[in-house]
Amino acid sequence: MRRWLLFPLLSACLLAMWLLLNQTVAVGHLLLGAALALCIPWTMRAVQPSKSRLRRPGTIIRLFFIVLGDIIRSNAAVAWIILSPGQRGRTSNFVNIPLELRNPYGLAVLACIITATPGTLWVGFDSATGVVTVHILDLIDENAWLDIIKGRYERLLLEIFE
Amino acid sequence: MTPVTGLPPWAALLTSVLVLLGAGLALTGSLGLLRFNSFYERVHAPTLATTLGAGCVLIASMVFFSALQTRPVVHEILIAIFLTLTTPVALMLLVRAALFRDRIEGQAYDEVKARALSADKRALLPHHRAIRPAPIDLPGGHHPGDGHEHDPR
Repeated sequence: MRRWLLFPLLSACLLAMWLLLNQTVAVGHLLLGAALALCIPWTMRAVQPSKSRLRRPGTIIRLFFIVLGDIIRSNAAVAWIILSPGQRGRTSNFVNIPLELRNPYGLAVLACIITATPGTLWVGFDSATGVVTVHILDLIDENAWLDIIKGRYERLLLEIFE
Repeated sequence: MTPVTGLPPWAALLTSVLVLLGAGLALTGSLGLLRFNSFYERVHAPTLATTLGAGCVLIASMVFFSALQTRPVVHEILIAIFLTLTTPVALMLLVRAALFRDRIEGQAYDEVKARALSADKRALLPHHRAIRPAPIDLPGGHHPGDGHEHDPR
């Protein structure tokens, strides 16, 4: 089983994508999708991704809803910043945040979360020191952002990936 | 415009509210591109359109076609997934390109605008003989946009 199913999660996602694209669960498309889901992951072997395991599906769902809520809230906040007259009095700057997370997939997810959320932007990660640089559009309190990124996202990502 | 027959009023109302909200957010994001002063600030603006803006339009599309065809139409989820996966990557590439240029020009004008990360410099400037190594760490508190504009064009 393991020999044929190289990346089970990738295969499952490909099959789900195929069925969603065709908007059907007919047997023919199930078989075709399954064949694609078995074959395409073989090309991933050339990339040689490092092994990683996802833990705690409950935490993944919790993280999803936390991020969803944060994205909606920061959308409103950034829209307010753009539409309110007068841009003075707002400071945007870089913040350096030390992280404990080292798993490359966890860091990639964190980078996507931070960049996808309006108002925060992933600038770079120093793998030697584990310090991430984030650009904040409306910087009031550096420590508040430290708490949000470390306490809210990194803690859950550590649970999921490490 | 052809009138849509067979669409229940609640679906029509919900769809129009969601489409207007999504389009409004996309417009606000585009306005942000005009209003913000530095490149790093401007990168924040389009994320309005790609997150909640696109989300609203996609949910509107799901509601509209589900109500019209009286069956669940959810393949818009794929658009949402691929948008959330690809936009941050493109934005991060833009930011790193801007950071790279900031460091080089910071050498010439002695006004580096970003906090340099030593690891980035090792990765970005290994064989470039024209560029001397940038200062390792810069004092905080400077504002990357002030005075020195970066235009992605």
